[in-house]
Amino acid sequence: MMTHLLSAADLDADTATLVLDTAEEMASVAGREVKKLPTLRGRTVVNLFYEDSTRTRISFEAAAKRLSADVINFSAKGSSVSKGESLKDTALTLQAMGADAVVIRHAASGAPHRLAAWVDGSVVNAGDGTHEHPTQALLDAYTMRSRLGRLDGLSVAIVGDVLHSRVARSNVLLLHTLGARVTLVGPPTLLPVGVDSWKALTSYDLDAVLPGADVVMMLRVQRERMDDAYFPSVREYARRYGLDAARMRMLPEHAIVMHPGPMNRGMEISPDVADSPRSTIVEQVANGVSVRMAVLYLLLGGLHK
Amino acid sequence: MAHPHAVDPVLPKPEAAAGKTILSSAELARVVDRIAHQILEKTEGARDCALLGIPTRGVPLARRLAARIRAFEGIEVPVGALDITLYRDDLRLRATRAVGRTDLPPDGIDARCVILVDDVLFSGRTVRAALDALKDLGRARAVQLAVLVDRGHRELPIRADYVGKNIPTALTENVRVLLSEVDGTDEVRLEPAA
Repeated sequence: MMTHLLSAADLDADTATLVLDTAEEMASVAGREVKKLPTLRGRTVVNLFYEDSTRTRISFEAAAKRLSADVINFSAKGSSVSKGESLKDTALTLQAMGADAVVIRHAASGAPHRLAAWVDGSVVNAGDGTHEHPTQALLDAYTMRSRLGRLDGLSVAIVGDVLHSRVARSNVLLLHTLGARVTLVGPPTLLPVGVDSWKALTSYDLDAVLPGADVVMMLRVQRERMDDAYFPSVREYARRYGLDAARMRMLPEHAIVMHPGPMNRGMEISPDVADSPRSTIVEQVANGVSVRMAVLYLLLGGLHK
Repeated sequence: MAHPHAVDPVLPKPEAAAGKTILSSAELARVVDRIAHQILEKTEGARDCALLGIPTRGVPLARRLAARIRAFEGIEVPVGALDITLYRDDLRLRATRAVGRTDLPPDGIDARCVILVDDVLFSGRTVRAALDALKDLGRARAVQLAVLVDRGHRELPIRADYVGKNIPTALTENVRVLLSEVDGTDEVRLEPAA
């Protein structure tokens, strides 16, 4: 395994499969009487969160604690960052405290890569700007594999605000590596410039894509990142790109519906779809802990260089 | 459990200069049969027992013991696998190890006599890790240990309840257990360390 997890592109098929297989074993811990393993006793994991996040931070915290690591939570609010401390100075502080791993969420794309050059410990990218979110891609792949039994040859539609989505980018990279075919679906304004160089097909027509999809992954419309009018109105967006019960019926019988959360119910996904048995949204959260345990174990479990 | 065959005459195979056969396929089968009988004797017919093999080769050994117990007395003993990777005390000394599979019998291990099964007993550290793993999975009534080979050199106060064969070894030697399920053939060999 490598030293850091910065991008889903760092994972080759063997390594990604190793993470998923390890996560499968980690998942069994959740069903046990003692939900804890002694594996990372004495190791320190710092959660360095410059952006608001509940599920990712809590997920990493739960993962580290289930492996017996010590967890230090650092959120930019209420820290010396609000006094103007730079990322580098914060990194050196963490270094001095002996952090074995730093899990970083930052609004600036590329921040984890910078951090990796400044600290000795492992850096895990927990979402950087609109760039990448590799552990989300891993937990999505894990969820698909456990529901559908395989990844190779799966047809995956990723729908909505691809432009602002680090989840989409990491998923395209990882799913391509693992042999799935990805189609990105959204209005032209929400597909990034240069999307044709991504290892995915693109479409503006959701209804045309749904009948052939094994997995449909709805992305959150990230209005907090939108400084412009990308679509006329919420209603019009929902009508063309929202997944409602009528659209869900167009999917093949076995297909699953995913969403990385948090959801805008009624916008990209209707409540009855979000709560249907085909939806894996709650499973994805549980799988997130197992996958992050696997990542932390594979980064920190062995000889430290 | 020491037994009187510890110094069986072993004929070195002339073609395999790099080591010698300690147990042939037929001898290995007999040893497994004997351990199965000893388990039946010591646990009053394997009452409330469960066999947990430690990967890799402990798992097929546990299955073989269960099969022999079934053949001798018609008793079904639950079989499982207990991976101990995440409980090892030497994780930091080597590159990250792949995690193996843990499969508990459907009824779990609570109130059962758990018999851990491994191929070679050496330092005792694997068994120590297995005991730690076991206590997180439930509360066994008792824990026993069955090994195909005891090669000595213990580093912890651990002793097996059932031993297939005691093999006095030097630290520079390797005991290799080959099982058909994993290696395509049944044999125990003593080899000079690579």
